[in-house]
Amino acid sequence: MSNYRIQGATGEWEVVIGLEVHAQITSKSKLFSGADTTFGAEPNSQVSLVDAAMPGMLPVPNMECIRQAVRTGMAIEAEINKYSRFDRKNYFYADLPQGYQISQLYHPIVGEGQLLLEKDEKGGIPEEKIIGIERIHVEQDAGKLMHDQHPTMSYVDLNRCGVALMEIVSKADMRSPAEAGAYVRKLRSILRYVGSCDGNMEEGSMRADVNVSVRRPGEELGTRTETKNVNSVRFVMAVIEYEANRQVDVIEGGGSIDQETRLFDVATGTTRTMRSKEDAHDYRYFPDPDLLPINLEDAFLEDCRASLPELPDAKRLRYINELGLSDYNAATLTAEVETFARFETLLGAVAKQLGKPEAKIATMVSNWSMSIAPGVIKSIGDEANLEYATAEAQAAILQMQEAGEISGSQAKEIYEIVLKTGRAPTEIAEAEGLKQVSDTGAIEAAIDEILANNEDKVEQYKGGKDKLFGFFVGQTMKAMQGKANPQVVNQLLKGKLVKV
Amino acid sequence: MSDLTELGIKAIRDGVKAGDFSAREVAEGFNANVAAASDLNAFIVATPDAALAAADAVDAKRAKGEELGAMGGVPIGMKDLFATKGVQTTAASHILEGFTPEYESTVSQNLWDAGAGMLGKLNLDQFAMGSSNETSYFGNVTSPWRRPDGSNTPMSPGGSSGGSSTAVAARLAPAATGTDTGGSIRQPAAFTGITGVKPTYGRCSRWGVVAFASSLDQAGPMARDVTDCAIMLGAMAGFDPKDSTSLDMPVPDWEAALSSDLSGKKVGIPREYRMDGMDEEIAASWDKGKEMLRDAGAEIVDVSLPHTKYALPAYYIIAPAEASSNLARYDGVRYGLRDLPDGAGLQDMYAETRAAGFGDEVKRRILIGTYVLSAGFYDAYYNQAQKIRTLVSQDFASAFEQCDVILAPTTPSASFGLGEKDDDPIGMYLNDVFAVPASLAGLPAMSVPCGVNSEGLPLGLQLVGPAFDEQGVMNAGLAIEERAGFTHRAEKWWA
Amino acid sequence: MSIDRATVAKIASLARIKMSDKELDRMVPELSGILEWVEQLGEVDTSNVEPMTAVIPNALRLRADEVNADPKTGGDKRDDVLANAPAAEHGFFGVPKVIE
Ligand SMILES: [Mg+2]
Ligand SMILES: [Zn+2]
Repeated sequence: MSNYRIQGATGEWEVVIGLEVHAQITSKSKLFSGADTTFGAEPNSQVSLVDAAMPGMLPVPNMECIRQAVRTGMAIEAEINKYSRFDRKNYFYADLPQGYQISQLYHPIVGEGQLLLEKDEKGGIPEEKIIGIERIHVEQDAGKLMHDQHPTMSYVDLNRCGVALMEIVSKADMRSPAEAGAYVRKLRSILRYVGSCDGNMEEGSMRADVNVSVRRPGEELGTRTETKNVNSVRFVMAVIEYEANRQVDVIEGGGSIDQETRLFDVATGTTRTMRSKEDAHDYRYFPDPDLLPINLEDAFLEDCRASLPELPDAKRLRYINELGLSDYNAATLTAEVETFARFETLLGAVAKQLGKPEAKIATMVSNWSMSIAPGVIKSIGDEANLEYATAEAQAAILQMQEAGEISGSQAKEIYEIVLKTGRAPTEIAEAEGLKQVSDTGAIEAAIDEILANNEDKVEQYKGGKDKLFGFFVGQTMKAMQGKANPQVVNQLLKGKLVKV
Repeated sequence: MSDLTELGIKAIRDGVKAGDFSAREVAEGFNANVAAASDLNAFIVATPDAALAAADAVDAKRAKGEELGAMGGVPIGMKDLFATKGVQTTAASHILEGFTPEYESTVSQNLWDAGAGMLGKLNLDQFAMGSSNETSYFGNVTSPWRRPDGSNTPMSPGGSSGGSSTAVAARLAPAATGTDTGGSIRQPAAFTGITGVKPTYGRCSRWGVVAFASSLDQAGPMARDVTDCAIMLGAMAGFDPKDSTSLDMPVPDWEAALSSDLSGKKVGIPREYRMDGMDEEIAASWDKGKEMLRDAGAEIVDVSLPHTKYALPAYYIIAPAEASSNLARYDGVRYGLRDLPDGAGLQDMYAETRAAGFGDEVKRRILIGTYVLSAGFYDAYYNQAQKIRTLVSQDFASAFEQCDVILAPTTPSASFGLGEKDDDPIGMYLNDVFAVPASLAGLPAMSVPCGVNSEGLPLGLQLVGPAFDEQGVMNAGLAIEERAGFTHRAEKWWA
Repeated sequence: MSIDRATVAKIASLARIKMSDKELDRMVPELSGILEWVEQLGEVDTSNVEPMTAVIPNALRLRADEVNADPKTGGDKRDDVLANAPAAEHGFFGVPKVIE
């Protein structure tokens, strides 16, 4: 349970949050036309006669969009509706050429599902929590209006118009900005795993409509407001903060909350009533008579299921249970597609070179890829050429380290040179003398000298002062200029300091 | 050479192919008739050059010994609901006045590909909403027919394909395209003594046809006789991947399979169509039709379509509902009329543009459609109407277990004078009472002329078949045509 | 159900059709008449009837995800799309300024 509360003048308030996330479905062409979906093209260049709603134009649905919605539904463990339909949502706006949006109201393609928020105490999630998902439906995106190009006109660009969206509607299960933020992040992660949405929030591939209401803890739901098209996790959280506090102020001031559509103003961090949607409450939904119902065949569903990758929760648990990673490492590595992909490639390469099972080296590799390698990159900044950060090079370094040929600090030094020059790690170790001495003769000689010079300490150690072992190790390493293999040093020292 | 404009599709096609006359001569003849018939107001735009260009192309092909196509050398009228590339397409509305599409509808393209040429864009009821051709922004179409009482009352050619019916009946075109949403091919065909076929929903692509009611709209041929309709429908029909409701099935050779021998066929007579107070002459023509079909070898059986009475009101929920949404795109933003008073905002612009651009009947239907879909009414109106539609469809399915084709009157009356039903929307809607049930069920249906009434005005009989059986419908139509020997002509009073 | 003037005005506004008082006065009895007439559908017991979805038994076809596979329904035709626009500037459609 979240204990997030708004402290009002009259007591505590609980915030109730539901999110409608619009996620652009990854597809080459639009939902109902063959126009390109690539972001950032010249205005109105990616517009078909269908998208511009020319008289007599008709929609023909894109199979890939249906497939991706179904796969997404499967990824959130949702019920897939074998029978679904497209409905028309009627309203007038300049970004909506048809005068209606083709969407799904009565029979959405995906029914109830759920999403798990992992425990993240620092992130404001004191214990894991399941957020219910009401439904996912497929619909058309609208065009774009630009208001600042002309003194008296707004300009309409229909490039986005007709691009396929999934609207993923959560239940009103969230109770804090942190939970909402975690929900959006987790959803984004799942979509990107599945490949049904690129999750690019700056380009508008994911936007959230944020529904917020407040109530006394445990009491009846209050009236909600919906803040439209919020396009970052941070803004989603900011909207909730602002709206919750605003609503508490209004109610405590004796006012009441209007069920209304609001806009988030990024510059001020506030929300305001959206004028253009004021009277758009009666959408006159009805089944689109241009489109027959969608009937999904079993074979199609099986295909969708078979094509799903291992999903974030399963992967995270496998990292913990099978690879022995810490909860933290597992969660961090599995959050993003790129991160786990890099990790798994490296892990595979190192395991292969060492001939060891992945589980044996996973922690070492995860430490490397989560903190050591990024640390090196950060320390040299612009000098790092990330093209050189190949799995092959990193595997070679980890292999040398694992074999005792180089120390941890040498590994970092070698990686630094790799990133700057692209030279091969083994060659660098050789040429730059970045190797550990494992030659027992040299180490033994150094040890003998140190023991001879510190007879008193040898006596004390033998007399039971175990801590002194570290002193001898340190002295030996110092004598070897840090290049001795610590394991060899340990081994030899133990042999020579046997208590009689 | 005799007057080529007396010829229908088959005669023109065969004559051009045989070299009896050139396609250009045919086009010139019809162009001249079109030019001389402005009194009928059948065309919104005449395109004589397009007709000549298509004819010349056919003549050139013939000179090279190439195939001329199923409609080779036949000029036709195109209902102004079909988008024609580079030629104004208005749906007879002010809101689309001047709209020149950059695309060609699938059906018109199919016709051009089959060797047909375009005489012009035909007038119609605005957005195909009407049964008398009195709702066009470009003025009423006047039927070539007149009552023989000397009053010279301008008569209705029916609607919405009234320009089409007039053009064919007045020999301005050997054939024309029509569209039928709730009788708009059959009723005007009946009013003007010509033949019109509404095929199975999905036979002809709706792509590029200005939408009225998507789940009902079907294009079809309007021509002089059944054979010409069979030829033209063959050219118009076909699977179109651009229309999700298009039927993905082969187009039969309807012309080749035409046969008026109905031996072994059963013709159903739906008892519910014999309504109280039915016009006696209509009832008599229906009985005559029964006799003709019996004479052609068919057995006449009584069938029941119990929900007939509810079909028309259901239609007047479904069609306006779909129309209210289909016509939302006419908003003054991307094409057509824009009415932008000084200082008006976007939403004002919409309201002004649509007020100025739509006629009364269109507004009426948009308002009805908007109302029945509005919050709280969906189940009571739209959903109930779609349930009734299921029942109407089931009625037909049961009837077709007992018969092969259904015979009924096309209309409850013959044509009426323009303006005579002006102030009675429901009275006007009742024109389509016999036509609408087949539309709701998406079934193939046609009207074929069977005689004239005591006023000398044409009467039509309607044939309705099971889905996909255009052949059965047209065969029965042919049997009536052969026996009715309809040779009445409107006396030429125009021009 | 007969409907009143305010309802017709509301519907007209929802449908974005500006109507003068005179027009509204004319529309009210017409629409009421039509609505009363269609309400006879209420007589029919449809509790076990499914609303019609496909007029003719037919399955929805889905198209392959290809860009501009058919030029008629593809993009890349800005000139065609803007050709009939009442106001087109710099490749955009122009509308009166909207305040969101
Ligand atoms: Mg929303
Ligand atoms: Zn949405």
